[in-house]
Amino acid sequence: MTTLADSASDKDVMAFDAAFASQAAFRAVMNCMARPGTIATLKGIAAPAPFTPATAALVKSLADYDSPIWLDASFSAAPETADWIRFHTGAPLTADPAKAAFALIADPQAMPALTQFAQGSEEYPDRSTTLIIQVTSFSGPAFELTGPGIKTSRVIAIQSLPANFIDLMADNRELFPRGVDLILTAGTAIAALPRSLRIAEAR
Amino acid sequence: MTAPAYNFAYLDEQTKRMIRRAILKAIAIPGYQVPFASREMPMPYGWGTGGVQVTASILGPDDTLKVIDQGSDDTTNAVSIRKFFTKTANVRTTTATIEATVIQTRHRVPETPLSEEQVLVYQVPIPEPLRFLEPRETETRRMHALSEYGLMHVKLYEDIARHGHIATAYAYPVQVDDRYVMDPSPIPKFDNPKLDDCPALQLFGAGREKRIYAIPPYTRVVSLDFEDHPFEAYRHDAACELCGASDSFLDEVITDDDGNRMFVCSDTDYCEQRRALGHGPYNAAPADPQGSSHTGASPTEPA
Repeated sequence: MTTLADSASDKDVMAFDAAFASQAAFRAVMNCMARPGTIATLKGIAAPAPFTPATAALVKSLADYDSPIWLDASFSAAPETADWIRFHTGAPLTADPAKAAFALIADPQAMPALTQFAQGSEEYPDRSTTLIIQVTSFSGPAFELTGPGIKTSRVIAIQSLPANFIDLMADNRELFPRGVDLILTAGTAIAALPRSLRIAEAR
Repeated sequence: MTAPAYNFAYLDEQTKRMIRRAILKAIAIPGYQVPFASREMPMPYGWGTGGVQVTASILGPDDTLKVIDQGSDDTTNAVSIRKFFTKTANVRTTTATIEATVIQTRHRVPETPLSEEQVLVYQVPIPEPLRFLEPRETETRRMHALSEYGLMHVKLYEDIARHGHIATAYAYPVQVDDRYVMDPSPIPKFDNPKLDDCPALQLFGAGREKRIYAIPPYTRVVSLDFEDHPFEAYRHDAACELCGASDSFLDEVITDDDGNRMFVCSDTDYCEQRRALGHGPYNAAPADPQGSSHTGASPTEPA
């Protein structure tokens, strides 16, 4: 039997392996989820518009036949995106946001109410949708975050979210332990806003 | 060209994705046990299959792995898991707590404070803190859903009624971020305070019971107690006989057939680092021959 250790003399060759690419993307999003509001940069991958490179990398590393994906109007308007998802992940696409493990949102202004997505149950709060929301940039309106993963408080600036975003997140927190988790992407940058978070306007 | 016989870090990519999705949910719902499709590993249940699967799913080529078993880097379980990842993932391993980026542990939290760059992965035998009080999974799920933890307080109260103090010495239940009551795995309760406000991410994997849970960094973790019987960390009232540490958790080692024994640090790396810095044993009368007391809050050093 050949072990990886034997064949791994050239780490540069291994660096292009899919296993390493998805590990790097996962580790970045894990750290972001554990430290809400911190921004990490992924090695993004090219995918049809409106995919950002970071969203594509996340979908490729986290989605498979076990995780139905819901697409917002901007994503579904471009049929190549569905083809790309099917080819690269094998994940089924669903039109029902309440059945989705992941929801891809390219136009946050037009996104449905957070309660339309799977919220999990009181017994199984993990059976909920993770929203991957593409924002234009991590600049502009600032939000102050507190909660698990944050020592005192952390400020994150996010452009292009709905005007009532703080209320949406407050309602989401009210449902805890039910609720959805958010991953935000802009270009190759990502940040995460898990449901455990409390969010307010930064002063 | 010979293709490797298995994937990087042993697990196939689909399994890793499934575990990674579970880890993300576990972090988002601190202290909640996420069910996952635990795989058979090339080691028996009870040898850390849950911890190994979590470690395999987060490990990358740039990580440095440390594995401890009851604080020791040198026991069979720790050595074989370290070898397993050296062989299947070709990662660097270390015994020094400060050099590690991922630390897999069975039943201890290292004495050296952890940093934000580290992930602590616990091996968990029975993840459900209420299991010995209520055997039905459907019922314990509902109790967690309703945040109904009175039964646990009754259990601790019965300890006091029977023994005069809370006799639970390990796997001492904690409440995470004022919501879920969680089993911190069979760590001694001496380690419980280290879970609170910890800079490192803490992940828990139970292979046989198929559960993953997490404590994000800087999360409030409170050991359950009563106002008139507050939680007390416990350690033997002695100093390590190798390095003289009076702040570390001690193992009691029987040295002969005449009842002689010595106390040494359970955390072998901590003890070695201290001895490397010139700390030695206190040359004094051995500790209280009765061995231990319950005044762990302020341990006294032998004069």
